[in-house]
Amino acid sequence: MGPFVAVMFDGFAYGMLLFLISVGLSVTLGMMNFVNLAHGAFAMLGAYVTVTLMNSYGWTFLATLPFAFIVAGFASVAFEQTLFKPLYRASELDQVLLTIGLVFMAVAAVAYVFGTESQPIHIPDYLRGFFTIGGANFAVYRIFLVVVALAISVLLIAGLEYTRLGAQIRAAVDNQRMARGLGINVDRIFAYTFALGSGLAGLGGALAIEVVGLDHSFALVYLIVMLIIVSVGGLGSISGSFVAAIVIGISDTAGKYYFPYLGAFLIYLVMIAVLMWRPAGLFGRR
Amino acid sequence: MAATSGAPARPHEFLGAQVRWHPLEIVFWLATLLPFVFFPSYLSLASQIAIAALFALSLDLILGYAGIVSLGHAAFFGMGAYTAGLVSKWGWGEPLSLLVISACAAGLVGYATSFVIAKFRHLTLIMLTLGIGLLLYEAANSASWLTGGADGLQGIAMWPLFNTFDYDLWGYTAYTYSLIVLFVIFVATRRLIHSPFGLSLRGIRENSVRMPAIGAPSESHIRTVYTMSAVMAGIAGALIAQTTSTVSLEALSFDRSADVLVMLILGGTGRLYGGLVGSIIYMVARDQFSGVNPQYWLFWIGLLLVLVVMFLPNGILGGLARLKLFARSKP
Amino acid sequence: MSAPALSTRRLDKSFGSLVVAKGVEIGLPAGERYALIGPNGAGKTTLINLMTGMLRPDAGQIFLGDDDITRLAPHERVKRGLVRTFQINTLFPRLNALEAVTLAVCERRGEGADWWRNLPSYRDAIAEAYMILASLHLGDDCERPTHELAYGQQRLLEIALALATRPRVLLLDEPAAGVPQEESGELFAAIANLSQEISVLFIEHDMNIVFRFASRILVMVSGAILVEGTPAEIAADQRVREVYLGSAHHG
Repeated sequence: MGPFVAVMFDGFAYGMLLFLISVGLSVTLGMMNFVNLAHGAFAMLGAYVTVTLMNSYGWTFLATLPFAFIVAGFASVAFEQTLFKPLYRASELDQVLLTIGLVFMAVAAVAYVFGTESQPIHIPDYLRGFFTIGGANFAVYRIFLVVVALAISVLLIAGLEYTRLGAQIRAAVDNQRMARGLGINVDRIFAYTFALGSGLAGLGGALAIEVVGLDHSFALVYLIVMLIIVSVGGLGSISGSFVAAIVIGISDTAGKYYFPYLGAFLIYLVMIAVLMWRPAGLFGRR
Repeated sequence: MAATSGAPARPHEFLGAQVRWHPLEIVFWLATLLPFVFFPSYLSLASQIAIAALFALSLDLILGYAGIVSLGHAAFFGMGAYTAGLVSKWGWGEPLSLLVISACAAGLVGYATSFVIAKFRHLTLIMLTLGIGLLLYEAANSASWLTGGADGLQGIAMWPLFNTFDYDLWGYTAYTYSLIVLFVIFVATRRLIHSPFGLSLRGIRENSVRMPAIGAPSESHIRTVYTMSAVMAGIAGALIAQTTSTVSLEALSFDRSADVLVMLILGGTGRLYGGLVGSIIYMVARDQFSGVNPQYWLFWIGLLLVLVVMFLPNGILGGLARLKLFARSKP
Repeated sequence: MSAPALSTRRLDKSFGSLVVAKGVEIGLPAGERYALIGPNGAGKTTLINLMTGMLRPDAGQIFLGDDDITRLAPHERVKRGLVRTFQINTLFPRLNALEAVTLAVCERRGEGADWWRNLPSYRDAIAEAYMILASLHLGDDCERPTHELAYGQQRLLEIALALATRPRVLLLDEPAAGVPQEESGELFAAIANLSQEISVLFIEHDMNIVFRFASRILVMVSGAILVEGTPAEIAADQRVREVYLGSAHHG
């Protein structure tokens, strides 16, 4: 009983992390139909911001988090306005190729600047350690992860439901042409959404260092997981990303624990199975 | 609606002209013989290029002609490589029959997956191809009792070609063999492109919605071409196993799928020779830069992709075609 | 009395709470030209999508002659002779007109999967394609890629593609949509020249075409057939006037 609950919790916490990293990609894909494979690079950027601030400038972990968010957000808008915008009407293949090219460049640049070794950080003592409940160990850091992610999810959903910007975002995701017709400045909305999504990815990346480690290949490795979550959850759906992230997080963690022979296998099978059953994802339309 | 051309159209001649071998094509294939004379020390590389070109050609068939974006085509390449390697390990190493066996194995996997592939488009399709490729990679990784896992396949024992031509150190046999296989398959592919089936594929690429509306069984066509492409990729994989006597997980990896995509995009999709030209340039460049830090190489490939998408969307051959049109329109 | 060439029985379709087809029943007798009119959003194109199989109905049946085709895949229906054109040009941009029509002819002849013989060797198919193009005055431009053709020519190519499949029932979705006055003459001629053996149902907003060609008019509003009758009856019908104001002066 003990290990099972612990594994479930770990999987859930991992899923929360994946949600933060992936939700931005789902929304921007749903809104603009732009296949942004460089999303992982922004997550990686946030992580390296935290590493640099902590290891080179002595900042505390929590203080770096808002900066991971902000830097990733700003950087993404810079790319969006210059490189991505001209490609909104281009073919999927072109979008895939351009953004993959950017990821390659990011990975290589990071390896050049930071080297290829894993980048450790020292999280503060109050985030270390375990709670032991009923024979199961619950890592403090993972509890922290869950709390942060849930808080952000609540903020996101509340923001979407109750703010004007949120209403505009929902309109733009639902029907871009109609939103434009209603006078909504879809291009600006998209820039905000893009920044927000990439910022969250950056934050997620920073939070991920302690859980999965960080090296120059992060952007590429986690890109695949992100894409799986987005396809499984459904484009443009926050709740879809949430559910998919939990499913993938638990499948991966439980899979590796109970069936180590299957390894990473399991999440690919889950993705293929879901896509065949529901091509638009669990919560997707179209 | 006045006619813009002076003479009345002659439909049969027009279509016929598109099928004839262009002099440049003859030049190209004659040029592939140059390495024997001018670059004898590079024949192993030439052999690798020929194999990469075959692989790129197989991808062009589905991507450039049918419009199917695949991020996991290495699945079939690796399938062919491992099949050839394993069968030779188990005692049968005759090269030509191994080509056939590997082609069948890869073709079977291609046929099975084609049922899934044919039903989807856009992002779902891209993700499925990626997922299938990754799945196969992980499966091969886990089944290390069969594949040798990360160490690669051990104990490959290829027999000499026709029982006389051994794979010499200099690569004469390897290049001759690979080149001939490439050429034969190329001629068959060229025929396919210029057939009614080739026209149907282009129809699917140009407007997949219109195809069923003119009575075309698109899904069936896609299954057929996907299987054919898998067969070709499998043969390329088998060739690698035979000419280098090594098979590793790399043959199934996302890296390999991405590489072949880059080669094809570089040369230009849907132009038959795009994959060939792209492979030559890519592999030669990689060979020249092989001493350099791999991160350096990755950066430039990334930059190349960005630049190609922004400035040369139809690849090198597309750029050349546009140049020719531009030059022709000048008085 | 033989069954109509095309008929539907109680066709229903909704997207969530949006009802796009409600108990639609139509009957198109063989050889007749019927027009389907109605305000934008009435569900006319949706009805064509349902009949051709691009959309699956929630309830109801579709018949081609005596055969129930409700479960047939779209390309199967084309093989049985039910063909449509699109309101927005749905062509093959980089294929030239000759290739496009030849493609349709080859598919009809079951040769679409032939991969071993060169296309030029299919002389009959090419000749037939050229003949169709020539009859629509596209013969001289048949070597040009589709995206280079004038808009009016592209509309004609839409029809050429449909004709290449040798339809028994032809559904024309606003064939004159967006065609400027100078170029519409060719289009009128094309529709007038359609063989009497083909049964035609066309959606049109252009009342010139409707009154000139249709022997019967169906009026569709909010997913249901409001009324049907001869052109004279429809022109005089008060309900139609209310629902469809100003359309008589269209075009």
